Amino acid sequence: MATTNNVGAAPVVVGGSRRADPALRPDVNGSRRERLTALAFIAPALLGFTVFYFWPTLRGLWFSLTEYDVFNRPEFVGLANYRAVLADATFWNAMKVTLQYVLINIGTQTVLALLLAVLLHRLTRSTLVRSIIVLPYLVSNVVVALVFYWMLDAQIGITNQVLGWVGFDPVAFFGDQAWAIPTIALVNTWRHLGYTALLLFAGMLMIPGDVYEAGRVDGASEWQMFWRITLPLLRPILALVLVITVIGSFQAFDTVAVTTSGGPGDATRVIQYYIFDLAFQRYQFGYASAVSVVLFAILAVVAFFQLRLMRANESDVA
Amino acid sequence: MATTASTFDEAIALSGTGGGAGPGRRGRPGVGRVLAWTALVLMMAVTLFPFYWMLRTAFSNGAFLAAEPSNPLPVEPTLGAFERVLGLASTADAQAQGGSGAAVDIGRYLLNSVVVATFITAGQVFFGAMAAYAFARLRWPGRDAVFFVFLTALMVPPIFTQLPNFLLMRDLGLLNTYAGIVLPFFFMTPFAIFFLRQFFLGIPREVEEAARIDGAGAVRRFFTVILPMASGPLVTLTILQYIQAWGEYFWPLLVGSDQSVRVLTVGLGVFRSQTPQGTPDWAGLMAATLLAALPVILLFAVFSRKIVNSIGFSGIK
Repeated sequence: MATTNNVGAAPVVVGGSRRADPALRPDVNGSRRERLTALAFIAPALLGFTVFYFWPTLRGLWFSLTEYDVFNRPEFVGLANYRAVLADATFWNAMKVTLQYVLINIGTQTVLALLLAVLLHRLTRSTLVRSIIVLPYLVSNVVVALVFYWMLDAQIGITNQVLGWVGFDPVAFFGDQAWAIPTIALVNTWRHLGYTALLLFAGMLMIPGDVYEAGRVDGASEWQMFWRITLPLLRPILALVLVITVIGSFQAFDTVAVTTSGGPGDATRVIQYYIFDLAFQRYQFGYASAVSVVLFAILAVVAFFQLRLMRANESDVA
Repeated sequence: MATTASTFDEAIALSGTGGGAGPGRRGRPGVGRVLAWTALVLMMAVTLFPFYWMLRTAFSNGAFLAAEPSNPLPVEPTLGAFERVLGLASTADAQAQGGSGAAVDIGRYLLNSVVVATFITAGQVFFGAMAAYAFARLRWPGRDAVFFVFLTALMVPPIFTQLPNFLLMRDLGLLNTYAGIVLPFFFMTPFAIFFLRQFFLGIPREVEEAARIDGAGAVRRFFTVILPMASGPLVTLTILQYIQAWGEYFWPLLVGSDQSVRVLTVGLGVFRSQTPQGTPDWAGLMAATLLAALPVILLFAVFSRKIVNSIGFSGIK
């Protein structure tokens, strides 16, 4: 499903695929009857994939080469849209704002989620604790955005009341150019923290207990064990979690749309909101498509380098 | 991964309570352990507080919120906010409690959300199970290649496909219809196929073989052997997809802004922007968000163990 702000992550039951299965052998093509049955079974998904994923991808690429105002026919303009993107100050501002958002969101979220996962791993196996931790992720972005919009209200929000007791002036969290992006990034950190922590926690469970036992025998402290055992052995999982959260983070939309609508000024006009703006407020579908192709390309490059840098496919455990 | 655990519960059992916990495990609780528990409890408190504040505000009288902004309990407790957002209060009553007086019909949005999320989930789980069966259990040429292509659909940013999908819905005349909101998600989501395929691969082949010898065709085996055996994962997937569909905002905003099909997320966005008296109707807004969050929270309360234990990664070498 689409546009979850952040972790579009796949929660998957741990370790289902290990058993070898004869059906996986690629050389067996099955009987004619079996092939027809397979076609029938796959038909709905194939229809959905073709009509709502594959075809629109091709159409989107085509639109990006056209000038298209939605009402008249698209007109081929070659690479003009892409040239325009490069010269578009609003686009570059959107990139800057999005990067700020991603850095704050992913930075805080990853560090806190690691901390939370370690705490869970070393302290408790309680399902209740993990249920509480993951609760924010179950509530929609829109609900989360509105609750924080209220709690962070400049006049009567509880946060500013508390700040007032400590002697600070009220802060317009969503209304101040400097505060708006950090605020939105941290709101989404709150929502995704527990879920990310549970993914990391599941990864930590994969680390054999005797490694810690050995560490303890050697007199290692918890601090040393985290840096020398947990973190290195967790690296492949951490890399995947990072790829998924970063990609999700680049596509932040809901929180911005509900709270600031891109403002104040262009302070929170993240790339996804800019595309929405172009397509549905200004009816520049061709140009909006070109910007989304650029976003697509950026995400692909980011994912590729992250996986490369973190050597996600090599585990130190095995 | 090196452990031999094949399910999350086994993994937990193998790792032992406290994962061979810190120095404090033997003997008295050390300072470090107390600090660690303090940090964990603090994080849970930060997680839960916004939920409490939503509750507190929803049961407050909106007209008095500004007078006691830091009162930890509901201010002049009332159900007025709920009556207001469900369209049960008169305009005068609503305005007396800080409402805008504009018609908000959260009940209608709730109904729309239920319809949309139910159809999306039903389609995704059923068609996903069918496709997963074909990928896991049937032999046909090109199977692995098609599976890989399906998975790449996960990589395409939704907005990229949703611009053309919007035009498709417009051309089909499906804007502002349930069908328009449901269809793009209905037939397939790569995640559901991936998720269920893992389970189907794990079901011993002999089980299905026995049914085959009894003369059961693939369709019957699917319904009478595979689906019942996968009932656990099917329930988990259903809940996860329902929660996801329930929270979807971008697509319904594009194709379903009309009052008649407006889902909760879109309705809440509209409600938030109605501020005729300068300040939003906070009590009403929190009552509405509470009503929007309640169904998934209840669903989760029932199935939390299943869901929480299914979060993790698989197939990582």
